[in-house]
Amino acid sequence: MSDLSIDTDLARKILTGFIQTEITRAGFSKAVLGLSGGIDSALACYLAVEALGAKNVLAVRMPYRTSSQGSLDHAQLIIDDLGVESLTVPITDMVEPLFEKFPDIDQRRKGNIMARERMIILFDQSEAFHGLVIGTGNKTEILLGYSTWYGDSACALNPLGDLYKHQIRQLSRAVGVPAPIIDKAPSADLWVGQTDEQELGFTYDMADQILYLLIDQRYTPEEVVEAGFKEEFVRGILQRVRRNQFKRVLPPIAKLSNRTIGYDFLYLRDWGI
Amino acid sequence: MKLNLALAQINTTLGNVEKNLEKHLTFIDHARSDGADLIVFPELSLTGYVLQDLVPTVSHKAVPEDPIFHQLLQASQKIDIMVGFVEEDVRNRFYIASAYLSEGKVLHVHRKNYLPTYGLFDEGRFFAMGDGARAFDTRFGRVGMLICEDFWHASLPYLLWLDGADLFLFASASPGRGLPHPGENGEVGRLASSRWVDEINRAYAGLFTSFVCHTNRVGYEDGLNFWGGACAYDPEGTALVHGPQHEEALTRVQLDLNQLHRTRARLPLLRDERTSMVLREMNRIVKPEGDK
Repeated sequence: MSDLSIDTDLARKILTGFIQTEITRAGFSKAVLGLSGGIDSALACYLAVEALGAKNVLAVRMPYRTSSQGSLDHAQLIIDDLGVESLTVPITDMVEPLFEKFPDIDQRRKGNIMARERMIILFDQSEAFHGLVIGTGNKTEILLGYSTWYGDSACALNPLGDLYKHQIRQLSRAVGVPAPIIDKAPSADLWVGQTDEQELGFTYDMADQILYLLIDQRYTPEEVVEAGFKEEFVRGILQRVRRNQFKRVLPPIAKLSNRTIGYDFLYLRDWGI
Repeated sequence: MKLNLALAQINTTLGNVEKNLEKHLTFIDHARSDGADLIVFPELSLTGYVLQDLVPTVSHKAVPEDPIFHQLLQASQKIDIMVGFVEEDVRNRFYIASAYLSEGKVLHVHRKNYLPTYGLFDEGRFFAMGDGARAFDTRFGRVGMLICEDFWHASLPYLLWLDGADLFLFASASPGRGLPHPGENGEVGRLASSRWVDEINRAYAGLFTSFVCHTNRVGYEDGLNFWGGACAYDPEGTALVHGPQHEEALTRVQLDLNQLHRTRARLPLLRDERTSMVLREMNRIVKPEGDK
């Protein structure tokens, strides 16, 4: 097994510097994030507070009626521990009228609607609180495409997107995320009893190992199999990564003119600020 | 002879040359009031690094008539300055360049030869390649300047060494990457990219029995971080100073240039270097395929 452990002090320094720089450079001093009670948003919250101060971070809890009380309690644990600004905006009354319009709506559509409703609330609070929305997606999830496009993946900046789930856990321990949040089974909590690993069909630890070899170490799939992983599993992971590329790029613009956004109009977002 | 050197590891504002110039002048003032003889700024210190389509809008010429260089040349009356910028030549090609200014004059401009265009780098898309490396005389002896990827090709430091450089001034805008495992290589607190650069700087100092001084910018551009970590090595390959990681700093160090005499008396690598043999073998190696 590959060693995915990281120098957490250094990661913490770079990531808090990133949050602080990219938010203040854009003319803001505050951040908004959705606090689910899970490990990713917990870690993002701890880093944001370290970068900006507790009074400059708004943590928003957005439960649906089936959301587990455990998730809400864990989110409250973080709010109390850090002393951040907080808000609870239940989404049930907003999403159910839409569900009711489509009697045959399935679980996946409902989950996507809930994720996008939460995005709407966070970006509205971004305006109200004058803070930028901090993303909480990690590298494993982004590579696997395990997120809702323009839902939970929508954000102004993402400090966690280059950390595998294993590294998220390690960094969470280092910054003081409460142990019960680190140790519980990861869940999007979109329906009762949902866990990520059950839905994905494999564990994050296994996915991390394969992704690390394929992406970071540039192994061919054959080499990953030689390293001791089942071929079907490796192919499945690779297929997920490929199929979800669309979630990792801006939608393509059809080129017509001599200078087109995205192709030959190239500037960083930090251009001029 | 002693040289008081100041290695500036600054953050820059992308594409805002006037604002960056102001920071240069502030750092120059600090260095001068500290008694520094020479201040070295990182690669593209006047412009920022990931310029992309900004390149043609931030270019300058290292001449007294240029409004930016006019001020830097004035400042160079009291302290020598090495500064990074985008140079536009008379035929409107754009280069990543470093200029060495002294006593109101431009002593030398080096254009980056090796433009990394792979992985996260895209320099070859936006810049013209420099085509040469020359040492030049300063009031502290003969100096060679290189910019980042230039010194990842051993040929360029080697050429400068043969051309008489005893003091190597290296400038970078090196994006931080490679988070280490805890305690990897017995170190904490720095990225793999920082360690790689440090190791080769030390190697050049030892191999060429010369002073090697390097500075690198700090700050963020979008998601990229820059790690700073200025360093200076003496002709023994001994570390004289290290700047902090990831923080803006002006790192001072005094170079005892007499160390060149002492080290080369002990270790005559330069004396024994067989340039004719190198040239003969180079000629054989680079001959067209049919001539072998």
